[in-house]
Amino acid sequence: MTHELGSLVLAQGEGWITFDVDSFLNQFWSNTIDGLSYGSIYALVALGYTLVYGVLKLINFAHSEVFIYGAYATWFTFYGLGFRPGTTPELPVFELVGFLLLALIAAMAVSGGTAVVLERVAYRPLRKRGAPRLVFLITAIGASFVLQQILFIWRGGNPENSIRLLRNDEVFQIFGASVTNVTIITILAAILLMIGTDMFVNRTRFGRGIRAVAQDPDTATLMGVNKERVIMTTFLIGGLLAGAAALLYMMKIPQGASYQGGFILGIKAFTAAVLGGIGNLRGALLGGLLLGVVENYGQSLFGGQWRDVVAFVLLVLILMIRPTGILGESLGKARV
Amino acid sequence: MTVTSTPPARATAQRRRPVSDWWNNLPRVQQWAVLIPLVALVYLLPVLNPPLLTTQPGYDFPTAMFEVARYALVAIGLNVVVGQAGLLDLGYVGFFAIGAYVMALFTSPDSSLSKLPFLVVLPIAMVVTMIFGVILGTPTLRLRGDYLAIVTLGFGEIVRLLADNVAPLRGNRGFQSVGHPPGTNADGSPLFSNTNGTPWYWLCVTLIIGVLLLVGNLERSRVGRAWVAIRDDEDAAEIMGVPTFKFKIWAFVGGAAIGGLSGALYAGQLGFVNNQKFDVVTSMLFLAAVILGGAGNKVGVLLGAVVVAYIPLRFQAIAEYKYLIFGLALIILMIFRPQGLLGARQRLLTYGRQAYRRLLGKGEQVSSDGSLATENPGEKA
Repeated sequence: MTHELGSLVLAQGEGWITFDVDSFLNQFWSNTIDGLSYGSIYALVALGYTLVYGVLKLINFAHSEVFIYGAYATWFTFYGLGFRPGTTPELPVFELVGFLLLALIAAMAVSGGTAVVLERVAYRPLRKRGAPRLVFLITAIGASFVLQQILFIWRGGNPENSIRLLRNDEVFQIFGASVTNVTIITILAAILLMIGTDMFVNRTRFGRGIRAVAQDPDTATLMGVNKERVIMTTFLIGGLLAGAAALLYMMKIPQGASYQGGFILGIKAFTAAVLGGIGNLRGALLGGLLLGVVENYGQSLFGGQWRDVVAFVLLVLILMIRPTGILGESLGKARV
Repeated sequence: MTVTSTPPARATAQRRRPVSDWWNNLPRVQQWAVLIPLVALVYLLPVLNPPLLTTQPGYDFPTAMFEVARYALVAIGLNVVVGQAGLLDLGYVGFFAIGAYVMALFTSPDSSLSKLPFLVVLPIAMVVTMIFGVILGTPTLRLRGDYLAIVTLGFGEIVRLLADNVAPLRGNRGFQSVGHPPGTNADGSPLFSNTNGTPWYWLCVTLIIGVLLLVGNLERSRVGRAWVAIRDDEDAAEIMGVPTFKFKIWAFVGGAAIGGLSGALYAGQLGFVNNQKFDVVTSMLFLAAVILGGAGNKVGVLLGAVVVAYIPLRFQAIAEYKYLIFGLALIILMIFRPQGLLGARQRLLTYGRQAYRRLLGKGEQVSSDGSLATENPGEKA
């Protein structure tokens, strides 16, 4: 039963946008929880953007492909283990955890590797030549094309259906909304990885190097920081997190890996990073979760086809109010 | 407002750019003497159908030439925004789409709006895109650099998603038999049909020449100098009294109008508009044409557009690999020629260098390439 409160009506009398308030109110909690689990995936991918942006001031457009390579790695790991898309097998807990860990390692390795290779092949030669910033962006677009097309030529245009090892079972209920084990794992994994990354950047010696390069590359080099190694590590961490996000994504989304699949998620993740304030690690978490939740509210309020529109409108609105994101840039705090 | 023109840099002492120097040193008459046969040749291309250039077995040559010309028009429009004013716009396809949709809505029998002739809708399409340029520009142009890039990218996506979801825009079904310019052949069939690309190509080339003259005049006027100032250093321009926001809107709206124009032409030639043609990849290709040719240089972006549009059509046999090759080409080109095939013309900076040399008797040391600068001004602590 739709209220069609303020349905905007055009000349033909067709209402093309409706406000389904009932569904919004009824599914508020389940939307919130589902949104949080989507949001944590966005947040993990967003970290890759934020780290690279913080250090190099570069929108790494190819990061979405780094992510999708991880998704393919997950798929092939499961496929290689003998599982096929379709029914979820009944597995003993011990084996299940083992397989998931294996897939996680594979995804992280492939994504991390892709990110490092990307940095080596595409960005380092530019840095050596002192190329202007716009050139990096165009190269990133070019690299994104190349990585996508390699997948396309290899696997074709059809998406690979997700192979799921973990049943999506309900664990408990909050306010009438069911919380599934996949949701819990996604959110927990994301938060743990976030805390880990935050600790790494803020507490370790290497993290100090990253912050130093983010603040002032030249001075950092003079102070004995190996800039090239810091940049490579930054890409590596971003890639590893994208790999982890890819496994979570494949557990959640039935139509998982496709050669273009990374693109829209990449844009969302970048949006999340910008929302929180790009260059800010905690901002990425906040932006990701916020984006996931708001998107889900929008979906239930306006209908599924408006999901992405809500995301982009939110981006424009927040940037209009706070031009540097909610938390502002902070990886190099003293940057003028 | 008086449009003052800067005298061309005739006495440039630099030897780095012999061809452009040679060209700028020619008197007007000689420039025309070179240009007119060249333009005539460009007009004759689809009729001549030269053997090596032809795309014939794979793709109809006149239609291919129209595609190339359409890209060139888009590139000129985007060059105003990216190349001259230094505003990184990743959602230019949005304006292109709006132009195409306005054309379709007013001329296709599938739409419920009243039908108007093509030539009437063409300016309407441009005006509507300009309005959208203001709508997008007013809130967002206060953002800088990468933030502006991501917002425009979002705008392009919003336009595409609206075309998907808003019922009167008919999503994937699209609009059939979009209008075309008047005129009939001797046998009564319409001159501008979607099977014959030649008249469309001529129309497009004519519009390109018109737009080039217009944009060239703008470039040499106060507006153009304000754009270069904003591109090179926005803060400095603002401090020196350039109303940066106003001129950024000007650039945005001007670019949008040209995008809308090419979108409308595209809709007319294809005769069919649906939501499939306006994705971000197209936007990236537009941007690639500009950067590839050399942002800020009109001749350069024309060249870039020709490369981006022509190569895939010429080599249909490798169509499956075209984006792969394209991506690789972008990376390699950016490594070896970061300023594009032809770099930006920087007459204003040239003046600065000359003055510096005269004053101090040595070469200048500070150089700024604006949006192409190595690092953000003010980024260094």
